Amino acid sequence: MAHNADYDGQWRLIWRRFRKHKLGFAGLLVTAAIYLVAVFAEFLAPADPNAISPRNTYAPPQSLHFFVTDKEGNSSFQPHVLGYKTKIDYDSGRRTFEENPHKVIPVGFFVKGHDYKLLGLIPTERHLFGPVKSRDRIYLLGADRLGRDVLSRMIYGTRVSMSIGLVGVTLSLVLGVLLGGASGYFGGWVDLVVQRVIEFLQSLPSIPLWIGLAAAIPASTPPVQTYLLITVILSIIGWTGLARVVRGKFLSLKTEDFVKAARLDGCSVPRVLVRHMMPSFASHIIAVVTLAIPGMIVAETSLSFLGIGLQQPVVSWGVLLQEAQNIRAISTAPWLFWPGFMVVVAVLALNFLGDGLRDAADPYAT
Amino acid sequence: MTSLLSVRDLSISFSGDDGKVTALDKVSFDIPAGKTVCLVGESGCGKSVTAKALLRILDHHASIDQGAMLYHRADGDVMDLAQGSATSKAIKSVQGNEISMIYQEPMTALSPLYTIGNQITEVLHWHGSYSKDEARVRAIEVLGQVGLPNPEKRFDAYTFEMSGGMRQRAMIAMALVSNPRLLIADEPTTALDVTTQAIILDLMRDLQKQREMSMLFITHDLGVVADIADEVVIMYLGNVVERGTVDDILTNPQHPYTRGLLASLPGRQRGKLHTIQGTVPSLFDRPSGCAFQARCAQALPQCGVERPQLVDQPNGHGLRCFNPIAEQANDHTAVAEAPRQIDRGGQPILRLRNVAKHFPVRGGLFNRVKTHVKALNGVSLDLWQGETLGLVGESGCGKSTLGQTIMGLHSPSAGQITFAPHGTPTDLAGLSDKALRPHWKDLRMIFQDPNSSLNPRMTVFDIVAEVLRMGDDLTEKSAIEARVREIMTQVGFDPSFLKRYPHAFSGGQRQRIGIARALAPHPKLVIADESVSALDVSVQAQILNLMKELQEELGLTYIFISHDLSVVAHVGDRVAVMYAGRIVELGETAQVFDHPRHPYTEALIGAILEPTPRSRRDDDKLRLDGNVPDPLNLPPGCPFAPRCRYATEICNQTDPALTEMADGRSLACHFEDVVQGATVAVNQA
Repeated sequence: MAHNADYDGQWRLIWRRFRKHKLGFAGLLVTAAIYLVAVFAEFLAPADPNAISPRNTYAPPQSLHFFVTDKEGNSSFQPHVLGYKTKIDYDSGRRTFEENPHKVIPVGFFVKGHDYKLLGLIPTERHLFGPVKSRDRIYLLGADRLGRDVLSRMIYGTRVSMSIGLVGVTLSLVLGVLLGGASGYFGGWVDLVVQRVIEFLQSLPSIPLWIGLAAAIPASTPPVQTYLLITVILSIIGWTGLARVVRGKFLSLKTEDFVKAARLDGCSVPRVLVRHMMPSFASHIIAVVTLAIPGMIVAETSLSFLGIGLQQPVVSWGVLLQEAQNIRAISTAPWLFWPGFMVVVAVLALNFLGDGLRDAADPYAT
Repeated sequence: MTSLLSVRDLSISFSGDDGKVTALDKVSFDIPAGKTVCLVGESGCGKSVTAKALLRILDHHASIDQGAMLYHRADGDVMDLAQGSATSKAIKSVQGNEISMIYQEPMTALSPLYTIGNQITEVLHWHGSYSKDEARVRAIEVLGQVGLPNPEKRFDAYTFEMSGGMRQRAMIAMALVSNPRLLIADEPTTALDVTTQAIILDLMRDLQKQREMSMLFITHDLGVVADIADEVVIMYLGNVVERGTVDDILTNPQHPYTRGLLASLPGRQRGKLHTIQGTVPSLFDRPSGCAFQARCAQALPQCGVERPQLVDQPNGHGLRCFNPIAEQANDHTAVAEAPRQIDRGGQPILRLRNVAKHFPVRGGLFNRVKTHVKALNGVSLDLWQGETLGLVGESGCGKSTLGQTIMGLHSPSAGQITFAPHGTPTDLAGLSDKALRPHWKDLRMIFQDPNSSLNPRMTVFDIVAEVLRMGDDLTEKSAIEARVREIMTQVGFDPSFLKRYPHAFSGGQRQRIGIARALAPHPKLVIADESVSALDVSVQAQILNLMKELQEELGLTYIFISHDLSVVAHVGDRVAVMYAGRIVELGETAQVFDHPRHPYTEALIGAILEPTPRSRRDDDKLRLDGNVPDPLNLPPGCPFAPRCRYATEICNQTDPALTEMADGRSLACHFEDVVQGATVAVNQA
C-alpha cells in the first residue's frame, strides 16, 4: 500500500473512505457550489432581485449569442443577448415578446451594476457578469409578473433557502443531542418521558402543525424575525429524529469494553462522555445532520409556497414558487419553475452527500 | 483407499480496493471416502475459504484462479466442482445435498423466525421429492438420530427455545437430512462449552461411522483434532504445509509450524511455553520464499528465496519444508515446574465473604421488580499476594460477574469485598465510583476482546496514558510519557509505535496494549477476564508467557478467569471451580486436576481434549449432559444435583455449603469422597 494508514486518526480514515463513494463526493461538490452561490449571491446575480420593470412582465428567457455581424458582414466576438420587440394584445391584455435581431445588448464580465456590499463589508458595484451598460436589462431565465429577473431572484433565494436548512438543523442538533444524550445516559424515567414526547411529536401531522404555528406569527413581524421563528417551528419536529440517533448510539457505546475501561481508568462521567464516547458518534451525527438539512429545505419551501412561511420582499425558493401557483402563470411563463428545479438539485446533492458520509462514518467497521 | 474428493492446486484470490491478494495458493489434499479430515491452522490461514470453495459459496469478491476439486459421484462420474458457474445446475445438485455444511454459530446460521422443522424440511423440498408428511417424518427421524430428546416436539420449536448444544444438534440434523456423502464442519464446537463440545464431537464421530460419510472438519484446536480426525491437513497462509494421518502428525510433526502449534498449547506443566514468534502476516505481506520462514526458528537462507514444494513421503506424510524437524517431538512434555511457594500466613490481599449479586428483573405496568437473576450466591474466598487464582466454569456460571463485582462495575447485593493492597483493609462493597477511584489503581482489569476494549479513536499512547493522567502520582507530562514508554517496553511493545492507532495492530499486539494499560499504575491485583480466549494458539502462548514473566517481575496477584481448563491449569496456583454462581471446589491446581473431589470438577476435567491421538488413550471419558441451571430459577438443594451422576435424595433437598477439607481444599458436596474411586479408575484405565 502506498499510504500508511497506521498513523491516521478517524477523520482522515473517514475522508479516505468518503473519497471512494463517488455519488457522495459528487454531492459534496454540488453542495459546496450551491453554498458558494449563497455566500456570493450579490456578486453572482446580474440584476437587483427587486428591480421591477413593467415593460418586461413575463418576458421569456433570452439566449446568449457570441458573435455580432456588423453591416459589412464581418463577424466579431461579442457576447450579447437580443432585446425584445414587444406587442400588446389589447383583447387578452397580454404582451408578446419577439427577439429583435437589431437590438444587441452586449454582455460582459465584471461589469458595473447595482451597488451592494460584498460579504456585507466591502462596498462595490461590480458583478460577475451582466449587461455592459447598466441601464440595459437581460433575462437569461426570463422575468416574472413584475418584470424581475428570475435568475437573479433565484440566486438571492439560494441564500435564504440553504441557510434556513443550516440554522434549523443547528437548533435541532442542540435539542437532539441534549435530550437524546440525557435519554440514553440516564435511562429510566428520563428515557421514558423523552421517548414518549418524541413519539407524540412524530405522531402529529407536520404540515397542519406548521401551518398552525406559522399562522400565529403576526403579519407585521419584520422579515428577519419571521425567518427565525420559521426555523424554530421547523426544529420542533426536526430534533426528534436526531435525538433517537444520539440515544441509540449512546446505548450501544455504553456497553463497549473501552467505555468500561475508561471508567476503571478513573475518568469522571463528563470525561468519559466527552473524551471517550463523543468522538465515536461525532461522525455519525454529522452524517445524520447532513441528511436532515434537505428535509428542512423542503419544509421551508412548502410553507412559503403555501404563503404562510416567508413573505415578500424576502426572497427564497419557496417564495419564488408562489409565482407558479396558478395554471395561467405556468402556461404563459413555465420558466417560473426554475426555483423548483434548484430545490430538487440541492435536496438530491445533500442526500447523496449524507449517504456518503453515513457510509464512511464508521471507518472501523469491516 | 478411494478418495471422495481431491483438491488439486486450488488457488483463490480476493480482489478489493487495495488490489488483488492470493488467499489460497495451490492447495492440494484428498478427502478419503468414509474418513474425517481435519483442516488445521490459525485464523487467516485459509481454512474457511477452502470450505466455502468446496461448496462454491465464496463471497462475490473471491475468485477461483486455477486448480480442480474433483468430486467422485456415487455413480462413478468425476465432477470438477471448480468448473462452471456457482449457480449452475450441476453445482446446485451437489451443494447442500451431497455435500452439506455445519457452521460455527448455530444462532446466526439458523433463522430465528422459522421453526427447526421448517428449516430442515426446506432442504428436503429443495433437493428431493418429498411430500409434506414424508418430509416431516424424515426430519423427526434425523432429529432423533442427532440425539435431540423429544424430536416430535422439537420439530415445532424455535431456535431461541433451545440451548447452544441443542441448536448445534439441530444444525447437524439439517445438514444430515439429505444424506450427504461429505459433511463440512466449520469450527462446529468452538462456540460451545467444553462439556457440550465433548458430547457433540462424540455424536459427530458416531454419525460419521454409521453413515460411512466423509467429513471435512475445520478447527484451530489440536485437542479436537486428536479426538475426531483420521487425517490432518495443516494450513499456513493459504498453503498446505504438512499433511498425514492423525497419529503421524500429532506424534511425529516435522514442519516447524505444526511443531510450534503443538508446543504452544498450555498444559499442566507450569513452565514457559515454547511458542512461535510473531503472528500470521496479512495476505498483503506474504513473504517471498517459504510463507512461514519469518516466524521459523530454523529457517535456512534458502527458505527466504525459494518456496519449498509439498513432498509426499513413502508413508503418505506430506511436508513442505527444506529443514524439517526429524527427531521425535518432546517439547510438549517439558519439565514440570514445582508449584510456586506462596506465603499464605499473613493477611490476604483480597477476601470475599458471602458475596452475592442478584440482578432485578423488572416488568409489568409500573416496572416493578418481578424476580431476580441470581448470578452470584454467597461466594467466599481468600487471595494472597503474588498468587494466581484460576476461575473456571461453563458459560453462565457467574465467573465474569464475580470479576466485575470485585472491580466494582456491579455493586454486590450482599457480602464483603475486603481489599488490602497496602496492609489496611477496605471494604469495597457498595462504594460509589468516586470512593472506588483511589483503589482502581491497585485493582486493574484486562479485558477479553482486544478489539472492543481499545478505543479506536485514540492513539496507543493516549489509551495507556489515560489512567496515569487521572491518577495523582504523576503530574508532569514528561513523567507520564516516561512511564508509558517503560511499561510498553516491559510488555514487549515497540514504543516507537505509540503514536499509531489500535487498528494498526494484530490481536496479540492489541492485547499487549491492554495489559500495559492495566499495569501502568503499578497495580497489586489484576483480574484477567478471558484475556487470552480471543487469541490464536501461538499468540495465546506468547501472552501467557508474558503475563507469567510480569508476575515474577512485579509480584502481581492475578485472578485468571477462563472457560479453558488447560489455560487455568497452566497459569493457576490455585483453582476455583464455579457452578451456578457459587464456588463448588477450590484448591491447589495439581490437587484439583489430579484428584477432583466435586462431581462437577470431575466432569469438566473429563471433557478436556488433549492433543494425544485417540488410539493412544482411553476412551471412557465422562460426559456431562444437560445445561447450567437458569439463574432465574435455581433448583432447590444442590444446583448441580440434576446433572450429577452421584446425586441422592439429600442432594435435591439441601444445598451443601463450601467447607474446608482435611487436605486443605474447599468443597461444596454432601459426599466428600464420592468422586475419588471413579477418578482413580479413569486415571488407571
